Amino acid sequence: MSGLTRKDIGGFLARQGILVAFVLFIIGFTIANARFLDPDNIMGVVRSSAILGVMALGVTFVVISGNLDLSVGSMMSFSTIVVLDLHDKIGPALAIPAMFAMTLCLGAFIGFLVGYLKLNSLIVTLGMLSAIHGLTLTYSGGKNMDIADKEGTWFSVFGQGEALGLPVPILIFVLLAAVLGMLLSKMPFGRKVYAVGGNGTAATFSGIRRARVVFGCYLISAFCVATAGLIQASRSLGSQNTVGQGLELEVLAAVILGGASLMGGSGTIFKTVVGVLILGFIQNGLLLMGLQFYVQYVVTWIIIILAVWLDIAAKRGKLWSPIA
Amino acid sequence: MQPGTLSTFLKRGAIWGFIVLELIFFTVAGEFLSVSDKAFMDVDNMLLLFKQSAPIGIIAMGMTIVMINGNIDLSVGATYALCAIVLLDSMTWPMFAGLGDWVIPVSWLLALATGVALGALNGLIVWKTGVDAFIVTLGSMLGYRGLVFMYNGEQPTSHLNWTLVDFAEAQFLGLHTPTWFLLGVTVAIWFLMNRTVHGRNAYAIGNNREAAVNAGIRVGPHMMINFMIIGCLAALSAVVFYSESGSVNPNDGELYELWVITAVVLGGTKLTGGAGSIISTFGGVVAIQLLRKGLAHIGADTSTVNLVIGLILIAVLFLDRQLNVKGKEELKV
Amino acid sequence: MTEQIPVLRLEGIVKTFPGVRALDGVSLSIMPGEVHALMGENGAGKSTLMKVLGGIHQPDEGRIIIEEQPVVMAGPLDAKAKGIVFIHQELSLADELSVAENIYLGELPRKRFGLVDWAELEAKTNGILEKLKVGFDAKTRVGDLSIANQQMVEIARALTVDAKAVIFDEPTASLTDAEKTVLFEVIADLKAQGVGIAYISHRMEEIFRITDRISVLRDGQYQGTVNTGDTDEEGVTHMMIGRKLDLSRNESHHELGNVALEVRGLSCGDLYRDVSFELRRGEVVGFYGLVGAGRTEIAETLFGLRDPSAGTILLDGEEVRIHSPHDAIERGISLVPEDRKAQGLVLGMNCRDNMTLPQVDDLKAGPFVADGAEIAIFDQYRDKLDIRTPGWKQLVGNLSGGNQQKIVIGKWLSMHPNVLIVDEPTRGIDVGSKAEIHNLIRDLAAQGYAVIVISSEMPEVLHVSDRIVAMYSGRIMRTFTSEEVTEENLIAAISGLETQKVA
Repeated sequence: MSGLTRKDIGGFLARQGILVAFVLFIIGFTIANARFLDPDNIMGVVRSSAILGVMALGVTFVVISGNLDLSVGSMMSFSTIVVLDLHDKIGPALAIPAMFAMTLCLGAFIGFLVGYLKLNSLIVTLGMLSAIHGLTLTYSGGKNMDIADKEGTWFSVFGQGEALGLPVPILIFVLLAAVLGMLLSKMPFGRKVYAVGGNGTAATFSGIRRARVVFGCYLISAFCVATAGLIQASRSLGSQNTVGQGLELEVLAAVILGGASLMGGSGTIFKTVVGVLILGFIQNGLLLMGLQFYVQYVVTWIIIILAVWLDIAAKRGKLWSPIA
Repeated sequence: MQPGTLSTFLKRGAIWGFIVLELIFFTVAGEFLSVSDKAFMDVDNMLLLFKQSAPIGIIAMGMTIVMINGNIDLSVGATYALCAIVLLDSMTWPMFAGLGDWVIPVSWLLALATGVALGALNGLIVWKTGVDAFIVTLGSMLGYRGLVFMYNGEQPTSHLNWTLVDFAEAQFLGLHTPTWFLLGVTVAIWFLMNRTVHGRNAYAIGNNREAAVNAGIRVGPHMMINFMIIGCLAALSAVVFYSESGSVNPNDGELYELWVITAVVLGGTKLTGGAGSIISTFGGVVAIQLLRKGLAHIGADTSTVNLVIGLILIAVLFLDRQLNVKGKEELKV
Repeated sequence: MTEQIPVLRLEGIVKTFPGVRALDGVSLSIMPGEVHALMGENGAGKSTLMKVLGGIHQPDEGRIIIEEQPVVMAGPLDAKAKGIVFIHQELSLADELSVAENIYLGELPRKRFGLVDWAELEAKTNGILEKLKVGFDAKTRVGDLSIANQQMVEIARALTVDAKAVIFDEPTASLTDAEKTVLFEVIADLKAQGVGIAYISHRMEEIFRITDRISVLRDGQYQGTVNTGDTDEEGVTHMMIGRKLDLSRNESHHELGNVALEVRGLSCGDLYRDVSFELRRGEVVGFYGLVGAGRTEIAETLFGLRDPSAGTILLDGEEVRIHSPHDAIERGISLVPEDRKAQGLVLGMNCRDNMTLPQVDDLKAGPFVADGAEIAIFDQYRDKLDIRTPGWKQLVGNLSGGNQQKIVIGKWLSMHPNVLIVDEPTRGIDVGSKAEIHNLIRDLAAQGYAVIVISSEMPEVLHVSDRIVAMYSGRIMRTFTSEEVTEENLIAAISGLETQKVA
């Protein structure tokens, strides 16, 4: 045992703690309820996590770049309402690109404010949360939006269809995670995102155009939100104006759970996916144990605090903070 | 004139100038667009405005001191709902059955104690773990909301006590009870921040934490006290509001944190801490309520209110930055 | 005088950091009522000594003795409680609070119920401010004060306690002449009250004006103490630089190429004015001057981080406008910045990624970053610069200062820049790595690079430069060739003495 000191174990737990927790959860829930590991059940969890997951992919970019995006929830409502409305007006083939374009414009606006004007991202996206919510209500006139012919549209394929034996939302999530994971870990843009979030000054001193990178992150976030809105709209074929309300914080929770630091510069797409799945499996596991959905709120709370605490405790080498 | 005086003046006076602008705009626009024939500046309307500002306003005072201290609290909405449930439910507890109307102060105290405890928990975690307050309170926002649901499922919790309703709807010297609470809290918090050692140290910590630590100020207890105060004020806000309404839904108070932060930032409190004024926060609260009422007055619906408030928040941030640019001296990083 | 006991005495203080012996047996005593100058070049150990005194570092060996009582300093507060007060170069004020609150930060006078006793606070503060003869009162917001007045607030703090010794660290760096005079009066007052004063400064003129004795540190070693009246600038300079250090000038001359960079009449607000010089390929031009002389700001302008208010920049004879570091890099200008950790490196990123960061867009295999090409670059420069790291995956934050600096240099060399600007190349780097970096800079020149070296260390400038530009207060005072430069005329040029002679 001499090779493995307490420090090594502590370091491993700190680095891979979230994966360890994930595995422990799965073992625990499986013991509690054998149905937990049933393929159908797993599929169900992933499927219901897809919307949150897709949004979390985009927010991961924003958080790694050292910023926040609290507007994704209301932006998702916007996308959903717009695409449902346009579906009946100009047909789904045109409605989808139109909705993406409009959502990307919102993302570009935020990216402009945070990237080029260097305004604080927390306040900007807080303001945009409210503003986009207002925009959505203005657009819809406050009414729920429904597709007239729910049976006869191919639009439902994104939320309800199956391909390659998998539900389409899962396919979209997996595909997007793969593409964005590549972008973040293998391509120049991703490298710059880490640099900007890790040390923005040093990134500028290395010739990286920080404003562009931040702008790009918000565009990616908006793209993911539009995709999530598409899945949501296609799954329900009708929606309230507040469908995405509160999601911004759940998304952020998933990203933080995945180990991304709010200070920027750390996090990966893979870890975010793990974070999303943990949230999904906790919810599912607790439901299978016969507990209400809201018990997961409390569990999530405890997990987030513990995860972040252990992470920074490992970095400073002390469990308790040095604050006097 | 010292350099920076103009911008300081603009910053400190901005919120009141904005309120005056709103008043002028809505009065004039109201003449042409109003759906009712009442004038906007009607006394009853203004009194109502203060009353309606109270729930957000009382919490905003707490948020101001937490933000001056360099932290943030996202859990106020959930705290508000949980304290409301404690307030209403405790009035029906059998052990208080013999108290008659004396149950009211007991329930109030219970609700306030709940708020203080929830705030203390946040503060303790921030202090002892060193995790950023944003994350800690993001977590407890979910967690406290979970507790709200666990209390009574998805059912509303209701209990109407008519003595209480009468009290909450009473007017004294023309002002409603909630308004008095808002004013009282404003004065008390102003006093706390400007006259007590705790308040001044809280400013120092938010302004230059390292200097404060080097001067021997203990950061942790001050932060914790401020979290307890904001918890208490979230509870007080619930007490004031639910004494009148008598029924709380488990979703109540959602997004309150956003409204509160908007009011505080509009009032000029810096996110980075160290700077902020209680009186300006009061201005921020009034400005938001004015905007809501004003837009309703000229026939705009709630959607426009959200849109306008969001854009104004961003505009204020932009102006603030423009006023603080140091020009040539600053490195283009 | 002889039977007086020193207020503060250091005995054989040793402090080592990994790889560096920062303080090597420093002994020093400060008598009551004396102003004791502490001098030495950057990196000589003054700031470490101050940190040991202030309890921020504990000495490995040696004792701190206050009035014949050996003490252990637990931290800044403890030092203050023991009567040792620091006036730091960097201000540590809460600028939203009033002058009075800052002076009594952490110890505001209280009334009942935790209320601040404003009357007492104000009375006490105004008493102190009167002594300082400043033009502001207790209620002024510190953020509304000029930097010099903020410095006075910092000094006022020292007067709140019954100080036995006050340590001033470069207190005049941002003061005007009038403000300096006030400061010197304050120091004279303290001295008259029997307080011992340690005064750290690079400015000879001040040292000779106000101090009684001068102690000199060099490379962490105590060089001796002299009475100010018994020595002169030359004597002190001699002690500071010493003969032991390699003060050899650069003698390896080779053919210079064409003019790579020419700057004509460049100005940037109050930071520097009317700066003109040229830089040839194969040449190293050293910029020497005190901190704040405008050297770094010129580099920042060339690198696109500041817009000049006047003047032109020519690269290979062609006028260019540089608006951002990205522009600068595209035109072949590279900057190894002054603050390695804040500006040079992303500490949480690995060695390879840091090194290839500026060219990550060009190292592509299809849409992806070409891993192989990156590793090849890293390996090449690791060998060339002898960077000691377990591998490219190592986080840069885990490397020593010298190796970190080599990563930054490698980052730019791998881009083959036309003009390489190196700002304080060896700050915080151990002696061995220093020599390596100096040799490297000479090698680069031999290979035909055009290099600007900005440094506050005289041996460094002398050692690497073909020509030396001496700056004082935003202006170029004189340009020396390596043949004509001497320590004396260089010091004279950068401390503004030459202008005084002319005027």
